[in-house]
Amino acid sequence: MTPDRIRSEVSAWLDANWRVDRPLIEWREILLDGGWAAPHWPEEWYGRGFTLDQTAVVAEVFRERDVVPAAQVGPRGLASETILACGSDDQKRRFLRPILTGEHTWCQLFSEPGSGSDLAGLSTRAEMKDGKWIINGQKVWNTSAHHADFGLLVARTDWDVPKHQGISYFLLDMRQAGVEARPLRQMNGHQSFNEVFMTNAVVAPEDLIGGEGNGWHVAKTTLSFERRGFSRRVRGSSLDGPKQGPIYGEYEEELRIATEPYTWYPQREGRVDLVLPRARETGAINDPATRQEIAKLICLHTGARLASDSAEASRKAGTTEIIPAGSIGKLAASVIARQASHVHTMISGADAMLSGPDSAADGIIAEVLVSVPAISIAGGTDEIQRNIISERVLGMPKGYRADQGPFRDIKRNA
Amino acid sequence: MQTEFSKEQDLLRDVVARALRDKSPATAVRESMATDRGYDPAVWQELCGDAGLAGVHVPEVHGGAGGGAVELGIVAEEMGRRLFCGPWFASAVMAGTALVEAASDSDRDELLPGVAGGSTIATLVLDDLNAPAGVGGSITSTEDGKLSGTATMVLDAHVADLLLVVASGAGGLELHAVEGGASGLAVESLQVVDPTRKLSRVVFTDVPGRRVGEVTGDTLNRIWDRICSALAHEMIGGAQHLFETTVNYTKERFQFGRPIGSFQALKHRCADLLLEIEIARALTHHSARCLDAGAGEPHAASMAKAAAADAYMSAARAGIQLRGGIGFTWENDAHLWFKRAKGSEVLFGTPAIHRERMMTMLEGAA
Ligand SMILES: Cc1cc2nc3c(=O)[nH]c(=O)nc-3n(C[C@H](O)[C@H](O)[C@H](O)COP(=O)(O)OP(=O)(O)OC[C@H]3O[C@@H](n4cnc5c(N)ncnc54)[C@H](O)[C@@H]3O)c2cc1C
Repeated sequence: MTPDRIRSEVSAWLDANWRVDRPLIEWREILLDGGWAAPHWPEEWYGRGFTLDQTAVVAEVFRERDVVPAAQVGPRGLASETILACGSDDQKRRFLRPILTGEHTWCQLFSEPGSGSDLAGLSTRAEMKDGKWIINGQKVWNTSAHHADFGLLVARTDWDVPKHQGISYFLLDMRQAGVEARPLRQMNGHQSFNEVFMTNAVVAPEDLIGGEGNGWHVAKTTLSFERRGFSRRVRGSSLDGPKQGPIYGEYEEELRIATEPYTWYPQREGRVDLVLPRARETGAINDPATRQEIAKLICLHTGARLASDSAEASRKAGTTEIIPAGSIGKLAASVIARQASHVHTMISGADAMLSGPDSAADGIIAEVLVSVPAISIAGGTDEIQRNIISERVLGMPKGYRADQGPFRDIKRNA
Repeated sequence: MQTEFSKEQDLLRDVVARALRDKSPATAVRESMATDRGYDPAVWQELCGDAGLAGVHVPEVHGGAGGGAVELGIVAEEMGRRLFCGPWFASAVMAGTALVEAASDSDRDELLPGVAGGSTIATLVLDDLNAPAGVGGSITSTEDGKLSGTATMVLDAHVADLLLVVASGAGGLELHAVEGGASGLAVESLQVVDPTRKLSRVVFTDVPGRRVGEVTGDTLNRIWDRICSALAHEMIGGAQHLFETTVNYTKERFQFGRPIGSFQALKHRCADLLLEIEIARALTHHSARCLDAGAGEPHAASMAKAAAADAYMSAARAGIQLRGGIGFTWENDAHLWFKRAKGSEVLFGTPAIHRERMMTMLEGAA
């Protein structure tokens, strides 16, 4: 469908259906049934099978007309993409709709105190008892877990097979007595991530996704979407300026809660957009050494965007695997963020000692300096991305492994 | 703007890649670089005379294939991959571009077909190879078209039938055509770091030239951008080749009972290198598309030149280091690419010069 056709179809549909006095969830139900909530999803699941470019046209029309879109902020995208790719029809029927309407929020329960990079070394236990899965163990660094309704949980169901084969993937109801999330304070002062304790938490058999022992495959699907997100982020779009109408109040409240853990995320990417304005404002734009570093940053930033566009194009043509392309993009995002942080430091000089409202850009620059370290850890560290790139893209040989054989016998953290 | 190549462009790349694989293996590069002439005339005839590789970017009315910076870039990339040894860059890229951009219609009619078809070997004489702002002053032209002065480094002047000279005239910079072997012309071959690219000092003493066009500041910058974009392509081709052979070497060489490519220090270095080359390649291809569209970032060519030069040198350093002792020998081919990388890094502006040039375009001079 051409962009013009899409524009006119979606506009006609909005003329007939969009009203600011509907309750938020009711509006999203209508949006879903109209097929405009997630146009890039398949037709049998609320979508239209649109390409990302076609979907962008729809989003543009929504923005122009101040229309509230389907819920999209936070890890719910990871949940919907994982369920779309690996879930049963029953799971798609039960979970996808409330993700789009915003009734359910999600979190990712992957990392554990004893296993982060080595995700497949996890030791949270899932056992079948009386027809239900009983979960015991601890997760950590789980963003948004403190207000999530559901969690994407990986746990071990078999200890006697090699580690990747004994993992299963569950859709965990967080609103139960056996699940407790405690916020953790980060080095930048925010509390976005949590530790999550599961004590005899219960999962119904129909909430196991992808089959018992098949959790590693499903987890890789989630991770590939996550890594691609670092280079191509679909942001929850706040509508510009104050809007009149009851639905906007509800929407802004939803966004406020959902985006609260992510207010510093742009800072962890280095705020490249602030570099030239800050350099002009401070006069650093006339310093030859700073100009060199700014130019390097612009080359990295522009080149990575162009490279990701062409990777996306060849991915559509089916020539590149998703995971390595995501790893290159994720590593690029780290390199860019570090260079941006370095440049911001040069521009600020001694003022970079200050933080808070009196410091540069209302404290944003200080937050950049203490948030950038996160980008090279979250979603798989830089070192792990380099392992993936060298082995999967370049075909370099795997190193010596000390973790083969039954999981039970492998050395791990106490 | 486009991010992909068309079917025709992919086809062009295939044809050029195949021809160069056959005609420019490392053994042939070594043979040519050891001669004074620096190239094999039979191969030149096949690549430029028969296959038309010197005219991909020249308008069809002047005997070329009517392509643009993208097509020129494709050929340059494949030339760079195989380290083609010969006056293609001087003649097709430098002189060809100068004629297309600066010569009058009638001069183009007369001079371009020979360059495009490979029967004329030409070069561009500039008295500075660092930055457009440095060009001019060292070679002057008189009212009646006599040229005097010195260009300290000219690519492939020793084999040029035609020299296009940027000289300072009464009203500013001018482009002059001088025949190879003209009276008063002294061409002296220089010792070079990269033996696959020959350089000469050219001294003009009342040399009869013909003024073929005016070279305004804008024109000079346009020529410079096109040459830099093509050079960036050449560098990316070389970087990619060296990178691939290096990675392959790490899979075959065993130490401590395992392939050295299984050591993480080497894997991570290669992963970083892949990223650096990917970014530089994206900027390089983009620069050609911007030039052809007359749109996009005005500093696209400088971004490409700076990024490709840095990526090529990174690949060159790793190409020696990851081979160990054998990498430092004359016998191993890695040094041929290393030297081309070093020469290309500084030709038409170091990365630092290009970064300053792009900042000046974006924000004005410091
Ligand atoms: C801001 C933030 C948000 C996060 N959000 C979530 C979330 O929502 N859900 C979730 O499940 N997790 C989340 N994480 C956790 C994140 O995925 C892990 O922290 C990460 O995978 C690293 O694991 P680790 O912390 O256990 O470090 P470790 O794995 O112990 O790593 C320590 C160091 O060793 C290096 N290392 C480890 N293995 C290798 C190897 N094979 N080769 C070379 N070097 C190696 C690492 O690169 C690192 O430098 C988040 C983390 C951060 C910082």
